[in-house]
Amino acid sequence: MPLLSLKNISKSYGSTPAVADISLDVERGEFFGLLGPSGCGKTTTLRMIAGLEKPDSGSIEFDGRDITNLPAERRGFGMVFQNYALFPHLNVAENVAFGLRARHRPNAEIKERVKSALELVQLPGYEKRRVDELSGGQQQRVAIARAIAIEPALLLFDEPLSNLDVTLREETRGELRELVVRLGLTAVYVTHDQEEAFALCDRISVMVGGRLLQTGAPRALYEQPAKLAVARFLGRNNLIEVMRISSSNEGAGEFKTLAGGHTLRVPIQRGELAPLNKPCTLAIRPEHVALKPATDGLENEISAEVREINFAGATSTVKLDAGGLLLEALVLQPNAFAVGAHCAAVLPAEHMSLLKE
Amino acid sequence: MANPKIFSPRRRLALSPRLFLLLIVGVILLYGVIYPNLHVVLQSLQREGIWSLQNYREIFAQRIVLKAIFSSISISILTVVFCAAIGIPLAFLFERFTFPARRLFATLAALPLVLPPLVGTIAFIFLCGESGILARLAQSLFHLERAPWSLRGWPALLLFHAYTMYPFFYVLTGAGLSRIDDALAEAGKSLGATRTRVLTRIVLPQLTPSLLAAALLTFMTSMGSFSAPLLFGGGVRVLTLEIYTARQRGDLTLALTETVILAVISLGALVFFQRYEGTRRFAAAAMKGTAKTRRSIATGTTRVVAIAFAVLFSVLLVLPVLTLVLVSLAREGSWTTQTLPTSYTLANYARIFSDNSARQVFLNSLSMSAIAAVAALLWSFCVATLIVKKRRRAWHRILSWLILVPWALPGTVVAVSLAEAYGKPSALMGSFILVGTFWILPVVYFLRFMPLVVRAVQASMEQIDEALDQAGRSLGARWRQRFFRITLPLVWPGAVAGTLLAFVIALGEYVASVLVFVPSNRPISIAIASELRDFNLGTAAAYGVVLMAIIAVSMMVAGRLERLRS
Repeated sequence: MPLLSLKNISKSYGSTPAVADISLDVERGEFFGLLGPSGCGKTTTLRMIAGLEKPDSGSIEFDGRDITNLPAERRGFGMVFQNYALFPHLNVAENVAFGLRARHRPNAEIKERVKSALELVQLPGYEKRRVDELSGGQQQRVAIARAIAIEPALLLFDEPLSNLDVTLREETRGELRELVVRLGLTAVYVTHDQEEAFALCDRISVMVGGRLLQTGAPRALYEQPAKLAVARFLGRNNLIEVMRISSSNEGAGEFKTLAGGHTLRVPIQRGELAPLNKPCTLAIRPEHVALKPATDGLENEISAEVREINFAGATSTVKLDAGGLLLEALVLQPNAFAVGAHCAAVLPAEHMSLLKE
Repeated sequence: MANPKIFSPRRRLALSPRLFLLLIVGVILLYGVIYPNLHVVLQSLQREGIWSLQNYREIFAQRIVLKAIFSSISISILTVVFCAAIGIPLAFLFERFTFPARRLFATLAALPLVLPPLVGTIAFIFLCGESGILARLAQSLFHLERAPWSLRGWPALLLFHAYTMYPFFYVLTGAGLSRIDDALAEAGKSLGATRTRVLTRIVLPQLTPSLLAAALLTFMTSMGSFSAPLLFGGGVRVLTLEIYTARQRGDLTLALTETVILAVISLGALVFFQRYEGTRRFAAAAMKGTAKTRRSIATGTTRVVAIAFAVLFSVLLVLPVLTLVLVSLAREGSWTTQTLPTSYTLANYARIFSDNSARQVFLNSLSMSAIAAVAALLWSFCVATLIVKKRRRAWHRILSWLILVPWALPGTVVAVSLAEAYGKPSALMGSFILVGTFWILPVVYFLRFMPLVVRAVQASMEQIDEALDQAGRSLGARWRQRFFRITLPLVWPGAVAGTLLAFVIALGEYVASVLVFVPSNRPISIAIASELRDFNLGTAAAYGVVLMAIIAVSMMVAGRLERLRS
């Protein structure tokens, strides 16, 4: 049984729908991500899980119990806010102790738990500091300490790293994951940063425009986006518009690209995704596009001209024009190619996926 | 992991706190605002129990009343013009330039704001009246037979209004200017705009909300002005004075109908300005902006002129107050035809502090204002909890509006409507008659000045990040815990500052007090007026000085709290 379960949740503000018919399950001990562009409804979804917003329809179950109408203060979920929401009039220890005092815990226990929470986030001895004296990274740790001090049944993160600079963000990311795993907590993490989501989460739901498009492990999402919108959002995909020309539903299907008129053979498991003579989209990651000096006339080889080479450290992006079909390839050794030169691009069938609209 | 538990504190049987608050707020608005005002309107539409427009027909047939309406409106419009002409340039001077002692002068310039109108009026009479210090000085200097001027009528009223009300423009323009991002002006200049163009196309449009708010405040205050027309209006009739004299004569129906007219004009102005303001509101752009710099007036002549102007101006501002202090030290009867009093004493102060009835007057005012202010504070928390950050819904707007009404209505209107509604047994109060009891004045003060406290509390609450309350919720704090441990600690400096402001204004209140005070429970302002009538100028002035001292201390505390908040 999943620990947290959202069933057909919808929510709109006035006439603008924010979240439309979302269902998802979070397993016990899982680090679960909600990933999507800003305004996609991911924060609203998180706030409904927290109890800060009420869904218009649908239900939320936690540990088998319906909590849809349970107010936030009675859910016992810890939440880390985007701007941390530290109480400016309380010092670090009082901030961390807030939830414990609300539960009327004895002072000795509160002191003990504040101390251990601060140690967990590597801020021991910061008890008496004012929160506005702390750096952004330290404030963020206090916010996490405050959320874990109540031994939350579920830990919710609303873009908690977005206010930190890049290096600190990557460092904190690692610590955060380790902390959650060590405490055996279940976490739901909202972010618009796919790299962050991939690094942190066991499973991710991609949300676009209030809808949940695809849920899966980071690698699966990355390599096999199921829908065009997911592929677009995750970015850096070669999206190739094609038309299926073979009628066989078994084995490899034959496709013709709309631009350039190249023939590509891709295995299709589900024929209904690619009706004959209707345009559809194939996706392939730039790092899966292999380049070689000339075509050998093999399957899925396209001859192309190098348009642009962008150096970006370890790898370089090579932009290709294959008779009007524009492709990107990621290569380690750009020196083998020159702008204006002709080459061959290989699109391995196993790395291409057929997208649903 | 360990078995996750849902944290569930004991459920308590409780009326939803919001519903409870709504009930309190609703009942108080019904008794304090809706019923009395509706009562007056309905009464004005009746003649001996029969619905009729006869009252209005009679009123509009009287030239005197029409003249009063005309005078009230035109004096108020002229007051707005004069105050703008003084306050706006002054705000630019203090906000945009720096010169020695700028801060001191900037603070002094807001001084008339805290001067109770009645105290200001008598200070003005002592200073500029035909037997005041300035007139006597001119008389003795130029050996004139009689005073070279008289402080009467339109010029006197406009002078006094300009003096007491220009700070609305000065303070609000200054605040508006300090909010404008200098980067916008720089952007304008980089696009090739001249300084005039920057001023007219960038700065002034952004100032419009502040200017409109100042114009509204000035207009309303001037419409409600009573002390000055009473003491040196001469033949000028204004509505507030008309209502007062009609009531003194016992012509209650006339007073009532005029009250409705005054109320309609005031509320009309409020609606007009608010509607216009709504179209000119600017989103505060969240951006980095440019640090504010004040240009230093450094070159020889300009500097001297600026300082000289500032000094002269401050002297003019402080002169009435100094006059009051001087007169308060004059032996009674020692100031008749001389320029300055001839003999000085502390006897006036000794009298008001030792005399039992005088001491009682202070106790009356202090206790009634304190009751009203504390009630307003509690009330503001009820209201603010209901309306803060929930402006979308229609009933929140109605609530905000109803709360604003007693502030927008001149004190005369508030007093008359309460006196009419609760002067006899009524459906709402049963046989209890509020008028004639101790409680009428605290109630009037509460109604008149609670909007100030509501505004202060509301502003403080708006500044609290909503996420703080939500963090409290996610940490398991219930409504009461969140209020006492998050909201209250963050709001109290602003709330107390607002309460102190309401307290000091109530302390010097005269306009409404004079209509409904109980002889056994006279406030300070009534005592001042009666000393003045008996020609005990020194005692009247001493009352005024003590009142100003209390106000000064309170405002200092409020200022300290205001800084604590930021």
